[in-house]
Amino acid sequence: MAADTFINWSLLSLSAPGWGGVLLQGFLHSIQIAIGGYALGLLLGIGGAFGKLYGGPVLRDLLECYTTIVRAVPELVLILLLYYAGTDLLNQLLGAVGFGSIDISGLVAGIFVIGVVQGAYSTEVLRGAIKAVPAGQIEAARAYGMSPVKVLRRITLPAMLPYAIPGLANLWLIATKDTALLAVVGFSELTLVTRQAAGATKAYFLFFCAAGALYLALTLVSNVFIGMIERHARRGFAEQR
Amino acid sequence: MTDETTHALAFTPEDLPKGKGFFQPHRIVLMLIFASLVLTLAVFMRWDWLPRYLPKLGSGILVSLAMLFSTAIIGFLLAVPLGLAQVTGPWFLKAPARIFCTVIRGTPLLLQLWLLYYGLGSLFPQFPAIRHSFLWPYLREAWPYGVAALTISFAAYEGEVMRGAFAGVPAGELEAARAYGMGRWTAFRRIWLPRAVHRALPTLNGETVLQLKSTPLVATITVIDVYAVISKVRQETYLTYEPLLLLAAIYMCLTGILVVAFRYFENRIPTRGA
Repeated sequence: MAADTFINWSLLSLSAPGWGGVLLQGFLHSIQIAIGGYALGLLLGIGGAFGKLYGGPVLRDLLECYTTIVRAVPELVLILLLYYAGTDLLNQLLGAVGFGSIDISGLVAGIFVIGVVQGAYSTEVLRGAIKAVPAGQIEAARAYGMSPVKVLRRITLPAMLPYAIPGLANLWLIATKDTALLAVVGFSELTLVTRQAAGATKAYFLFFCAAGALYLALTLVSNVFIGMIERHARRGFAEQR
Repeated sequence: MTDETTHALAFTPEDLPKGKGFFQPHRIVLMLIFASLVLTLAVFMRWDWLPRYLPKLGSGILVSLAMLFSTAIIGFLLAVPLGLAQVTGPWFLKAPARIFCTVIRGTPLLLQLWLLYYGLGSLFPQFPAIRHSFLWPYLREAWPYGVAALTISFAAYEGEVMRGAFAGVPAGELEAARAYGMGRWTAFRRIWLPRAVHRALPTLNGETVLQLKSTPLVATITVIDVYAVISKVRQETYLTYEPLLLLAAIYMCLTGILVVAFRYFENRIPTRGA
């Protein structure tokens, strides 16, 4: 196939004989999972960071176990474990309550898996950022008579952002790339779709490079936005370098 | 600014518990609970397949470790020129190094691996010159593609780290070297490189752990590492959890050993005020 010219660009066309539309669909799935997993991870991370900083000794140790285990085991293994265990546990739970089993969509499972992995990393990032907020600022807020919730909302969270954003931005980039690992459990995101397209047409280079370009574009566009957010969060800080 | 922060996520020696105050009452209770949990897993799950696969698991671990160390060492050797080119190189070296790092860091490793294995692997047999060269017996195997992909990835991430490390060596130290009459190469060998490596060491250690966590990807291109062995166990025994749990435990042990070893080596390097 496509022996007459070296690259058969028509394979990338969006309509049926070309695979472009399928590729874009997979790309959309990847982005959906990345956003969902990142958001879930952020929620887990905020909870985890506060638990680690202000929780009791037992909670702190349990969270330590969570972050240590997730960071010591390869994502691929975690994804397999959580993918099977998560769906299985949920079904058993529903069965015990009497609902009968349900089919968990790949999208939800993917978001759950990426979210749990991201949660461990963002716990560490946020904990470090909160610890980097000068204690005097929080003491000043307390001296003004602010309640703990108000201190959190007005001082701690906004003041920690400049410290947290580089780490969180990195996590976002990792999340977009971790979605590729879901190809191994058979979720049809960009990498798996690419492999299928390449296998069907034998145009391996074309499709893998196209997918690489899509991922790279996502990274570069993200970088632009991250730069903007970072500049906004760092306003009022002395410019470094 | 996001470039320098990859290491913030890496697993570092500080993450391990310190000796003092480790045995507190609540910790002992937690440990007992965990021990009983492990015991229930050991008793109620099926582990009868384990002795049969032990030799294969051992060789799988060795393959994983070989992958890790060969790619980390070659990758680091590539990373030094990559970092150096980005700091001092002329534009025709600087630009390609930058682009290389950006492209590799911007795309998933799995995609790069599959591009090399399926893409190049399908291209090579079309050229008779390659088929008849001495390289062919190797290029027919899967592992060279795995090593290549992991090395490239490590080199790109480390190249960024080394760029920061080279740029961060105080200018005064280099000026002092020049004032001593050292040539450029001597100053690089004696001052710049050792100081940069020293600065980058904690990050390098973390990145090596991350590299260990990337090695199971080579199982997707039929390299028989420990992950592939476990996949085979799962196919043959129809067990879902037991092999995966064992695999997670194996990787945790490997990570722990790596981190402890790095901490030992890091402590051997004298630092002021540490």
